[in-house]
Amino acid sequence: MGKIIELNFKKNSLRKINNFLQNINYRTNKRDYTIKNPSGQHAVCAGLKEDIIVKIRGHVGYYCGGMNQKAKIIIDGNAGTGLGENMMSGTIHVKGNVSQSAGATAHGGTIIVEGDASSRCGISMKGVDIIVKGSVGHMSGFMAQSGTLLICKDAGEALGDSIYETVIYVAGKTKSLGADCIEKKMNKTDIKKIEFLLEKGNIKKLKPNNFKKFGSSRKLYNFNVDNVSEY
Amino acid sequence: MCGIVGLYLKKKSLQNKLGLYLSGMIDNMSSRGPDSAGFAIYNNNRSKKFYKYSLCVNDKKTSDKFAKDIIQHFNDIKLENISDHIVVTTSVLHQKFISYLQTNFKDISLVGYGKSIEIFKQVGNPKKVIKKFKLEKFSGSHAIGHTRMATESAITVDGSHPYSTGEDECLVHNGSLSNHNNLRRQLLKKGKKFNSLNDTEVAAGYISQKLSEIKSTKNTLKDCLSNLDGFYTFILGTNNGFAVLRDEIACKPAVIAENNDYVAVASEFQAMAHLPNVNKANIYEPEPGVVYTWGK
Repeated sequence: MGKIIELNFKKNSLRKINNFLQNINYRTNKRDYTIKNPSGQHAVCAGLKEDIIVKIRGHVGYYCGGMNQKAKIIIDGNAGTGLGENMMSGTIHVKGNVSQSAGATAHGGTIIVEGDASSRCGISMKGVDIIVKGSVGHMSGFMAQSGTLLICKDAGEALGDSIYETVIYVAGKTKSLGADCIEKKMNKTDIKKIEFLLEKGNIKKLKPNNFKKFGSSRKLYNFNVDNVSEY
Repeated sequence: MCGIVGLYLKKKSLQNKLGLYLSGMIDNMSSRGPDSAGFAIYNNNRSKKFYKYSLCVNDKKTSDKFAKDIIQHFNDIKLENISDHIVVTTSVLHQKFISYLQTNFKDISLVGYGKSIEIFKQVGNPKKVIKKFKLEKFSGSHAIGHTRMATESAITVDGSHPYSTGEDECLVHNGSLSNHNNLRRQLLKKGKKFNSLNDTEVAAGYISQKLSEIKSTKNTLKDCLSNLDGFYTFILGTNNGFAVLRDEIACKPAVIAENNDYVAVASEFQAMAHLPNVNKANIYEPEPGVVYTWGK
């Protein structure tokens, strides 16, 4: 591990701070770090690899926590476009709102948003669990392939457009469903999964039966010889 | 890409800091648009009788000749040189002034005019542009700025934002329009004039035309949703304040921070991170297809 530097954007550059956090020796005892004055900068905490906790005091810009592995990132503020983009594992917890495309293409781990998420939340997600305590904007879950998107309030237009095997749970109203997205019947596995996510998100006001389940009707993504003229 | 910013001050005591705050906003957005920059400042302090004409003069010779000639031609003329721009304050009405300019000084471009607006724009890195015009010294009630990454037309002053196509109006735009050629033809028939091949200038012209017909900022921008095809986040400045509109797909970003002192709009939060108490402001993204307005 390099020399410990002050994780303050008024004193050090993004490159220096990220470089420090990306190269922490896993044998080190220090596991808690706090970042000050992020001032909406992009790519804060991108590419972390170790099991550390990073608290960010303030608002961050685009792609915060992108490609994250193992680390727990807590943002005491809002986050811009592409939060946790292509995350592999670990947790990102946002205390405020997040902009569009949160959790885009993320393969694993958990994203918890205390506020609202903007449009295209969970676009093309590939295994991440996303818990949004507020509402999500239009085209959320667009082409989502795997993982779970739990929405505690409302969903915007065209939810789950062209969805593959991601499962979406919504407690509030859904403005409209996108192509090939349908409401599905809940089963025991769903109830267990929702209970698990509610506990993870520390959500006490809602129960699994408050949610509706949405997923793919699987008519769009398989090749169908009857539709050959449409392709 | 492009970066857009807007700042509306609710507190009068902050008005002398308008330029200072805006310069930080434009500086922070130079990463989104390194090709050119521009800004419009609204200052209602002057008498209602006078117009301000913001002119861009590229060479010293023309500038000197203009200064000499115009004083002889019109009676009450006050000139202020700011870098390569000249702000003319006069009671001469715009039809008269513009026709004088067009007949005698074809090389001088009128950047904008109105009773409270002053507009400055120039090619080059935004950091240098705001320094050249000494933006931090300006005061006023509200302001709009732009940093450009050129896509639709050449990197020239005429291709830079803000676009002003009517009295005290101006528009900045992040995005691109796909039906601007058709719209331009329609507007040319109605007598509108354009100085560039830029898509935003057409949007500005369209908005001016609609504003003169329906007199409401809100309804004019609502009308844009059905008649402007393409991607956009707009900030429209008027004498009274400004308005924000995102297209319904909303892939061009915008964030708003509002508190008791000011309303700030920008493409990204980092543009406003230096504003006082912004971390405690109400911060949100404007919804797609919804018109937001501030001002009297």
